[in-house]
Amino acid sequence: MKNFILLLIVVMLSVFPLLIHQNAEFGGADGQAEEEISKIAPEYKPWFQALWEPPSGEIESLLFALQAAIGAGFIGYFIGLMRGKNKQAGEKDKKVPYAADR
Amino acid sequence: MKAVKTMKNIFIIMYFAFLFVFIPEQAFAMHIMEGFLPIEWALFWWGVTLPSLVIGLLSIKKKLQEHPEFKIMLGLSGAFAFVLSALKIPSVTGSCSHPTGVGLGAVLFGPTAMSVVGFIVLFFQSLLLAHGGITTLGANAFSMAVVGPIISYLVYKGASRAGFSFSIAVFLAATLGDLGTYVMTSFQLAIAFPSDAGGMMASFAKFSTIFAFTQIPLAISEGLLTVIIMNVLTKYNLQALKLLHVLPKEGR
Repeated sequence: MKNFILLLIVVMLSVFPLLIHQNAEFGGADGQAEEEISKIAPEYKPWFQALWEPPSGEIESLLFALQAAIGAGFIGYFIGLMRGKNKQAGEKDKKVPYAADR
Repeated sequence: MKAVKTMKNIFIIMYFAFLFVFIPEQAFAMHIMEGFLPIEWALFWWGVTLPSLVIGLLSIKKKLQEHPEFKIMLGLSGAFAFVLSALKIPSVTGSCSHPTGVGLGAVLFGPTAMSVVGFIVLFFQSLLLAHGGITTLGANAFSMAVVGPIISYLVYKGASRAGFSFSIAVFLAATLGDLGTYVMTSFQLAIAFPSDAGGMMASFAKFSTIFAFTQIPLAISEGLLTVIIMNVLTKYNLQALKLLHVLPKEGR
């Protein structure tokens, strides 16, 4: 329940900006930094280019979705494993008094 | 038995190789873009970062030798950093950024271990997603994988010692570590690009409004998410937390 409330706050924190900036672009912060650099040092030219870029926004979001899915998969696996182990340990503890009752 | 173990290790390695390959996203967030640091600064930050990586590798090796069962916890810290660094979240400034996710691992394993994890995330992001860059990797790794975790770790220790509850200490550690990463990025850009009018401080003010200010709500989100994971860990894996000496003495 506590976790649920925390999660709700996280969701609210990310939805709130969308509500107060209905017309904003929500571009990347590093794109803005790039602009700022060209203002401060107009003569500066990047001296190295990225070796490979995702060919399109779709490909990029594919990679993005895969990353989130795989990462979340591992976290889910981990929680499941811990929960199972925990339960097993709990049952082992319980068995002894039961046996004594009979 | 040994064969099973080797198979398991191969599986884990393959899983993470796969995971690392798909670290996506590009034009948002903190990282300094490819080629956007003058070569002398690029080299300088590489020089600072490399020793931290060696220290990090040694610390991971030592921890895993003592307690091989920590491997899966280290995996969890890595997975958490990958998921969080993929979440592009809108912020109050009307632009987007993403959390770092390294605070969890820093609290669990100490600051040096996360330098390796953070570096790997950034390396593949720059190679496959044109996010950040190879030339700026030294600088980006220094802010996200070295400075961020160190701040998280110190804040966690300080807050626990000051008597804050476990959850509050974790929250503060993750939030301030995240924020500190972006302050460091702004600083790195400011010393490389001092403005003609106001010098380094004027540049720092500009870059930090872009990076650090955008980051505030995201840092809070990261703090809350880290507390959620920690709650799960304290519920189901209290013993590992005790072994890692994470919990404050009295425990919870």
